[in-house]
Amino acid sequence: MNVLTSFFEALDSLRSNKTRSALTILGIVIGVGAVIAMISIGRGAENSITGSIQGIGTNLLFVLRTQSSDVTNPQPLTLEDAEAISDPFLAPSVAHVAPMLEGQAKVTYDGESQLIIVSGITPEFEIVHNYQVTEGEFISEDQLLGRSSVALIGPDAADNLFGRKTGIVGETIRIEGQPFRVIGVLESKGGSTFTNQDNVVLIPLTTAQTRLFHRSKRNQVDLLIVEAYSPDAVQSASDEVSEILRNRHKTKIGADDFTILKQQDFIETASMITNILTIFLGGVAAISLLVGGIGIMNIMLVSVTERTREIGLRKALGARRVDILVQFLTESATLSLIGGILGILLGWGISYVVGLIAAANKANITPTVTLDTILLATLFSTAVGLFFGLYPANRAAGLEPVEALRYE
Amino acid sequence: MGNTVIKAINLTKVYKMGEIEVHALCGLSMEVQQGEIIAIMGPSGSGKSTLMNILGCLDRPTSGEYILDGENVSRLKDDELAKIRNKKVGFVFQSFNLLPRATALINVELPLRYAGSNHNHHEVAKAALEAVGLGDRMNHRPNELSGGQQQRVAIARAIVNDPAIILADEPTGNLDSKAGEEIIELLLSLNRERGTTLIIVTHDPDIAAHTHRIIHIRDGVVVSEERT
Ligand SMILES: Nc1ncnc2c1ncn2[C@@H]1O[C@H](COP(=O)(O)OP(=O)(O)OP(=O)(O)O)[C@@H](O)[C@H]1O
Ligand SMILES: [Mg+2]
Repeated sequence: MNVLTSFFEALDSLRSNKTRSALTILGIVIGVGAVIAMISIGRGAENSITGSIQGIGTNLLFVLRTQSSDVTNPQPLTLEDAEAISDPFLAPSVAHVAPMLEGQAKVTYDGESQLIIVSGITPEFEIVHNYQVTEGEFISEDQLLGRSSVALIGPDAADNLFGRKTGIVGETIRIEGQPFRVIGVLESKGGSTFTNQDNVVLIPLTTAQTRLFHRSKRNQVDLLIVEAYSPDAVQSASDEVSEILRNRHKTKIGADDFTILKQQDFIETASMITNILTIFLGGVAAISLLVGGIGIMNIMLVSVTERTREIGLRKALGARRVDILVQFLTESATLSLIGGILGILLGWGISYVVGLIAAANKANITPTVTLDTILLATLFSTAVGLFFGLYPANRAAGLEPVEALRYE
Repeated sequence: MGNTVIKAINLTKVYKMGEIEVHALCGLSMEVQQGEIIAIMGPSGSGKSTLMNILGCLDRPTSGEYILDGENVSRLKDDELAKIRNKKVGFVFQSFNLLPRATALINVELPLRYAGSNHNHHEVAKAALEAVGLGDRMNHRPNELSGGQQQRVAIARAIVNDPAIILADEPTGNLDSKAGEEIIELLLSLNRERGTTLIIVTHDPDIAAHTHRIIHIRDGVVVSEERT
């Protein structure tokens, strides 16, 4: 018997009990659909998270103060540290250094007040973060030196305070009661999944130092954003920065009072976490596929019992063990194949709907159904069909012809 | 008389049911020549069906030798027996045993499919159906046919592979007397036209009277033989 005849015979026999076959297929449809939906949603989340980390800017290092009990005399980061790091002789791999002061502050406009992250920055911030303004202009060197009361506003912060994102330049907002003139609106960096980069207010670093955030040490800053010349230079830039800071802070080796976070580490960590999440979700979904497989086994066992006489007859007419085995395996594989194909469509549909829901909620997740996911699901579901079909088929193939023919 | 098709020597068959042993055949010997029509008669439980199963290679004897068409088949493996059944044996059962969802034509084709040849199954099966007078019923399903017609389909299926022997275990058992007579008449005509060797198990002396030779069985052995 050739493959095609077996396949059509299998279809024919499955058609003879439509409801039963349909319900069995449904189990596989749900399993495969769940696997595809979960994996593609997980992939979408991963792309969205790593994408938004990449959106912060490339080649970046973040230098933070750490207060560990091991360090005897921890020093905060200062503007002088930033200057030393931007010295091309001391740190040849470093392109730019952007020091920052940061804190939450009450921002008021027209009686409407909001708690917003306010950052004191220097013009380098524009460069390292690749920032563009949609209107107005960025904070200038003059405004930094003159400690001007000017502010840049993120699109979400603008929306929250003004109810609009344009025509804001020239308005005056109050930060902790002090008036600041808005000189520009920042472009959107996309809704990041963990912190919203669009809900911020930026002011000159000097203004923040003297008027908003008072720190214990003169010229103290909270964060240094260091840009290396290229992705390859990130490691050497990190080494150079460590060297400079250890010298300046006079710390012992192994007892740094600062931490350097590389953006590449964030991406790796984030994609590792989302990968684990995807595997976990996919695994949970795979269990439902397994349950679907047990459904196939159950139905095939019933079918073998019901068709004992038929099996006996086929053997009497010359069917070998392998003929019967193939016949029943074809049936269960056909069940799971049909289920797999419908399940791919279902999973695709679910992913699409989840994408729409996410878009409606401004969550930037685009589920991505890829060819390898589809192949994986098809292979897996057919394997499930064959695996769970094997036991019933083997039972059928092993029946004694005389016994089977006598079966009532 | 022609060649010996069936040569059974000292066949025994023992069924073990836990502690109890049932001796269904107790050293039965018989011979059948090619082209012969044999009736096997005997009381219920005498071992007729057990003998037919062994002659049809559906089962193996516990001991003894069985030579079918020149080949000793008493100790072949399952798959080898399947091949012998396919090539050399045609079965006609009391309860027809047709696939209920398949048409007459497909039912008759079934042995050809398992034969593994790629010849034109349809043509061969059609010819077999025409030979039993059902050329116009090829696409009917069993539930669209009378009992007698269903048994004709079964006979067409039995002859389709051109077997050395046809075994019929009470072929008229599920039919009324008129349909039964027609079936027996069909089997006899196949023997006349094709020289097919026929072994029929029956309780009906009238049917037995139409055969060449009657073998009487009791308690698993041949007790007498008579030529008609
Ligand atoms: N699978 C089996 N297991 C146990 N005993 C069996 C089995 N098959 C047959 N027997 C026994 O073997 C003996 C012969 O049975 P068999 O079916 O050959 O009789 P029979 O001559 O065909 O009878 P009938 O005319 O009623 O069909 C009986 O005693 C029966 O109970
Ligand atoms: Mg019997």
